[in-house]
Amino acid sequence: MLRYALKRLISLGLSLVAASLVIFLSLEIVPGDPAAAMLGINAEPETLKALRIELGLDKPPLQRYLSWTSGMLTGDFGISYTYRAPVSQIILDRIWISLPLALLALLLSTLIAVPAGIWAATKRGSIADIAIVGTTQLGVAIPNFWFAVILVLIFAINLGWFSAGGFPGWAGGPLPALKALTLPAIALALPQAAILTRVMRSALLDTLGEDFMRTARAKGLSQRQAIWRHGFRNALIPVLTIIGLQFSFLLAGAIIIENVFFLPGLGRLIFQAIAQRDLIVVESVIMLLVFAVIVITFLVDLAYAWVDPRLRSRA
Amino acid sequence: MSLLQIDNLHLAIHDQPILKGITLGVEAGRVLGIIGESGSGKSMTASAIMQLLPNGTSMTGDILLEGIALTDMTETALNDVRGRLIGMVFQEPMTALNPLLTIGDQVAETLRLHQGMSRREALARAAEVLARVELPPARFPLNRYPHELSGGQRQRVVIAIAIACNPRLLIADEPTTALDVTTQAQILLLLKRLVAEDGMGLILISHDLAVVADIADDLAIMREGEVVEAGPTARVLREKSHPYTRALFEASSHQPDRRAIPTEAPLLEVRNLIRTYPLPRKSIFGKPGMFEAVRDVSFTLDHGESLGLVGESGCGKSTLTRAILGLDAAQGGSISVDGETVVAGQRMPTGLRAKMQVVFQDPYGSFNPRHKVSRLVSEPLHLLEDAPVGPERDAAIGQALGEVGLDETDAQKYIHEFSGGQRQRIAIARALIIRPRLIILDEAVSALDVSIRAQILDLLADLSTRHGLSYLFISHDLHVVRAITDRVMIMKSGQIVEEGATETVFADPQHDYTRTLLAAAPVLEEHVS
Repeated sequence: MLRYALKRLISLGLSLVAASLVIFLSLEIVPGDPAAAMLGINAEPETLKALRIELGLDKPPLQRYLSWTSGMLTGDFGISYTYRAPVSQIILDRIWISLPLALLALLLSTLIAVPAGIWAATKRGSIADIAIVGTTQLGVAIPNFWFAVILVLIFAINLGWFSAGGFPGWAGGPLPALKALTLPAIALALPQAAILTRVMRSALLDTLGEDFMRTARAKGLSQRQAIWRHGFRNALIPVLTIIGLQFSFLLAGAIIIENVFFLPGLGRLIFQAIAQRDLIVVESVIMLLVFAVIVITFLVDLAYAWVDPRLRSRA
Repeated sequence: MSLLQIDNLHLAIHDQPILKGITLGVEAGRVLGIIGESGSGKSMTASAIMQLLPNGTSMTGDILLEGIALTDMTETALNDVRGRLIGMVFQEPMTALNPLLTIGDQVAETLRLHQGMSRREALARAAEVLARVELPPARFPLNRYPHELSGGQRQRVVIAIAIACNPRLLIADEPTTALDVTTQAQILLLLKRLVAEDGMGLILISHDLAVVADIADDLAIMREGEVVEAGPTARVLREKSHPYTRALFEASSHQPDRRAIPTEAPLLEVRNLIRTYPLPRKSIFGKPGMFEAVRDVSFTLDHGESLGLVGESGCGKSTLTRAILGLDAAQGGSISVDGETVVAGQRMPTGLRAKMQVVFQDPYGSFNPRHKVSRLVSEPLHLLEDAPVGPERDAAIGQALGEVGLDETDAQKYIHEFSGGQRQRIAIARALIIRPRLIILDEAVSALDVSIRAQILDLLADLSTRHGLSYLFISHDLHVVRAITDRVMIMKSGQIVEEGATETVFADPQHDYTRTLLAAAPVLEEHVS
């Protein structure tokens, strides 16, 4: 198991290096002068020159790459051109919204999807199964911002239980902050839950048809015991894959939901930074997201190995 | 009172009758062999005894275990009976165990469930049970996972699960069908020993008369949901009073009428062939290890000759086949057909490919289900320079189907409309349509029922007579190889360990491994005399 984790860790490191190279090359080298891109076509030559020096563009590419990556390793992501503040600080502020939001949404989606998927699979063909499958069809088809608007209408405007948007910050205690994240998390979670329910259902159905489930029944286990002791864990592997993919998506893909609820999260940050051509922020946020995705993949790999002994020994 | 008594059992699934009035009895300490071809209802009889039936099943009749009707029991009561009073062993040891749990836990689970043992007690007992099935904990620790064991070892674990609670009745449904002959012999011996030691009743279900005849005290021959003949083994085999029993018996030891005369002209020549596979890398930067699947193999196959290749799973038979067909590149040595050298991949001349065709084992998996038979059969025609088109093409398809005993009109059907035996005929038609010189038959009759197998063997013999075809006949089934080949090669661990005229090798094997194989193969004739 340790060997397996170590191997995955090495490949994680290599992926990070490769990703940083791709980002650096695509943003700084390939399309010409980043400073010109940031300032637009009407920039004064002096301003351009000053920006080039500020960005370090006068230095050779290799040196720039090394100082960028070594800076990131020490937590120095540079200074944002538009915000005139350290990028690390800007990201840190935003991540305390995006990360809890993503985690909350993922938790919700898993809590809905796993029991619903298991229920549908064990009652295959019943009214409950048909109802669940039908609902997931809707959940996949309806965009999450529509859910968001409906949630705001019902719970914020009509019932007045939640505020319609904004974020009070964590300084006032966790409760108001969590309350502000509840509706966005639900809006994010519902479509994800629909997908995950279908994966859980079909994975468990596949498992139920396996020979070892018959062995379990022949041992004298009831249908329910057989599903819990033998079926569930075997059905987890595809479910884990989807959960990993969903978390990566939720972390950065919440742009629209963040806009609907006026949440200053990472999604909005990157959207604004692109609009303002703040390449330093764009570069850093993308690198951070890549880092997050790679780390999540690593964790999912570890979870696979925890579930499936065949992976442990193959390493 | 019998241990198990089945009386007039009728069973239907969605109103489709499966069992039609089965009456059977099993005595304690005795082995009942149930023989039948696929669809005869033998496995459904086992499921009915376990009361593990598919949805939509309706059933009448009685199943009494020690006088108690299983058919009247509640599901909870049945859960208590399964695993405690009745144990069951299945056909596929590779998939019958949960891949995520250790073998110790899987054996212990039965004990914890029925005997209320703690995990520690149950594991200690599981170690003893595994030792009984010849998996001593010193060599096979309880924390092994199924994937770390071979097929035969896994089947022992399944048997350990089934006998952990000392059941009164053990049901083994084709327990050795997926295993090599030597492993099969060991598993049968183990089952026999367990019956003798524990005095339990054993129901041994098989399609193979020879396997069952070896250890069964009583036999029941099933056909289309009915028991056509039952009684003590010796009597059934001697009298064969029902015509179906006779037919089954003849099919099992069928000898096709072979008239083809092999020439001395070599068709296929394999010289010092080496085929290696890279093993998974030990580390990201490490060099992958190498596995030698075929090691320095040389042989010649003459025009019109039928050559057998026998070996157990993993010996390199299929790797050798793929190299001969030019599907994989060899790492050393040479292969030539009619003097032309075989090269792998796209560089292989189509004319050379057209000389060789192959028929695989699985009649269900080796066809694209979305194509009509006409397209499936005519697929190899693209290898010909002047491939027939239009009516000529249809005529060629019709002729190929006719040669294998099918009708021209079958060309317009889809593959799911055919039985396993018919599909294998279609596979042969597909091979025949471009008039190859060599057909490689890779376990081509292994998945077929004995009566169908006999027909296919006849067909092969007839075709080789008519067209002077050469066969490379690959099989683990010694009996079939003996019936259909002129010469035979025995393969073990990537090497040919013995080669010679089939009758000579079978009558007087020289290599130890050949002797082991022959000794392990169940033989039906002994029981009759």
